[in-house]
Amino acid sequence: MSADALVRRIGDRFPGALQESSDFRGDLSIVITPEAVVEVARYLKEEEGFDYFLYATAVDWPARTPRFTVVWEVRSLANKTRVRIKTTATMPDPHAPSLTSVWPAANWHERETWDLLGIKFDGHPDLRRLLMPQSWEGHPLRKDYVSFGEPVIFSDQKLEGLEPDAIRG
Amino acid sequence: MAETRIAQEPFGPGPQQDAVFGPEHEPETEWMELNMGPQHPSTHGVLRVRLKLDGERVRDADPDVGYLHTGFEKSFEDKTYTQGITFSDRMDYLAPPINNVGFVSAVEKLMEIDVPLRAQAIRVMMMELARIASHELWLGTAGLDLGVYSGFFYAWRDRELVLDMNEAYSGVRMMTSFTRVGGVAWDLPDGWTDQLQKFIDVMPGRIDDFESMLTANPIWKQRLSGVGVLSSRDAIEAGVTGPMLRASGVDYDVRKAFPYSGYEDYDFEVPLGNAGDCYDRYVVRVAEMRQSLRILQQALDNLPGGPWLTSNRKVALPPRSELSKSMEAVIHQFRLVSEGFKGPVGDVYAFVESPRGELGFYLVSDGANKPYRMKVRPPSFCNLQPLKRLVQGVLVADVIAIMGSMDFILGDVDR
Repeated sequence: MSADALVRRIGDRFPGALQESSDFRGDLSIVITPEAVVEVARYLKEEEGFDYFLYATAVDWPARTPRFTVVWEVRSLANKTRVRIKTTATMPDPHAPSLTSVWPAANWHERETWDLLGIKFDGHPDLRRLLMPQSWEGHPLRKDYVSFGEPVIFSDQKLEGLEPDAIRG
Repeated sequence: MAETRIAQEPFGPGPQQDAVFGPEHEPETEWMELNMGPQHPSTHGVLRVRLKLDGERVRDADPDVGYLHTGFEKSFEDKTYTQGITFSDRMDYLAPPINNVGFVSAVEKLMEIDVPLRAQAIRVMMMELARIASHELWLGTAGLDLGVYSGFFYAWRDRELVLDMNEAYSGVRMMTSFTRVGGVAWDLPDGWTDQLQKFIDVMPGRIDDFESMLTANPIWKQRLSGVGVLSSRDAIEAGVTGPMLRASGVDYDVRKAFPYSGYEDYDFEVPLGNAGDCYDRYVVRVAEMRQSLRILQQALDNLPGGPWLTSNRKVALPPRSELSKSMEAVIHQFRLVSEGFKGPVGDVYAFVESPRGELGFYLVSDGANKPYRMKVRPPSFCNLQPLKRLVQGVLVADVIAIMGSMDFILGDVDR
């Protein structure tokens, strides 16, 4: 099963959903409109045999609009092929559809993406922070979140006059 | 008894947030919520599991991870590709060489760099040694959790041999950081291959000792058989990987399915289980250690000569001897040390087989000398995820056995 043929089948089946596809160093990526991601994902799983979920993440491009690229990657164990599904999410309240209904293993990966990059996954059954404490403010893997100079606030102290965003970038 | 231990329902998304401990039903005694961890000896690191108990039965569990979150993915964005190597081994600190290779293979894939054969063989040897050491450590500690105290000392003794070899080769016992983009940092030191040969000779007997202590041991079997069962379908659905996936009978090993670093040239088998329970995970790991020894022997017998680092001066430092003779070498040295090298724009996913499963690195490059985004797909994270479903309905004591059989490393889960 070649990558080109797969891209063509997706394009034929979901006209308008496939925005772009690329094959870089043998890794196939498809960019899908946010509305169609779940349908395309279900098609990939049920008809193309992409049964094994690898990871989900997002990439922050502050200068671009839409700002975030949300990425899921899945594999077909039988065909030994991989496909990377990408979509976009816009500020100020980035949303993306959750693929947990298609691949349950996406659960923690999407929670982590929400936690670290602040993408809200619609339809996720349990969208809590995963790695950071539940009370954390901000999303550390965003590019405007500084990775040094964190103020230490003890529980009995308050930093007056500073908004949390101002502190953490 | 046996039926209640097996999770009947297929893996689906967990319950709603406000009902983390659903579905509600009447307890036989009364509900008790128990914190296992974060400082519980069987969590091997800092993992907290909230258990909802009905007497001795676990009705639900909510793993709380992140206590070891150190932001490696963020740190990668601040360091050049060469500097990033030292982050990679600190994630899964029980198999650092494999993380090193995984990280540089992502960069090599991005840069399209070929690795010399000798470097590939050195990498394979270091990786298989790490696999044996990691499985040894798992044997020792998982046994310790279930009361096999003596096994722990044997496992530690054998693992020490690997750490000695790590030290002889890289100067460091655990955080080897021995890979470079395009090869490895050093050639093997004198006497290292003899040390390895001795190791290969002595290990089969030591694994036999272990097996004679555990494999047919009725208590060991009773504690592990039929506990924490994952069918092959559920294992794929839950996204588990490595020995956990193979214990459920799914024949998937990155070394066979997508050979890297010359694994296609080695003759070895992928041990599989069929019951998918804790006992099969044990059997698979022990069998993997024997296969690793086979690979080590072949790598040692066919160790190629030649360079251990690519001659592509855009990514690899020139040899010291050239610096006094060649201006060009000095310039390359200066550029590489001061600012590193730049990668093309694009994103790649490279993956290797760690002792815990498929370890992947998703690298996004914007053309700079460091990763724009580095997402790690940690195998321990994926293996820990189904814990919630696996422990529903089991006894509290079985939770220890199930967590032990998963072989997760919290540094790898939390990054």
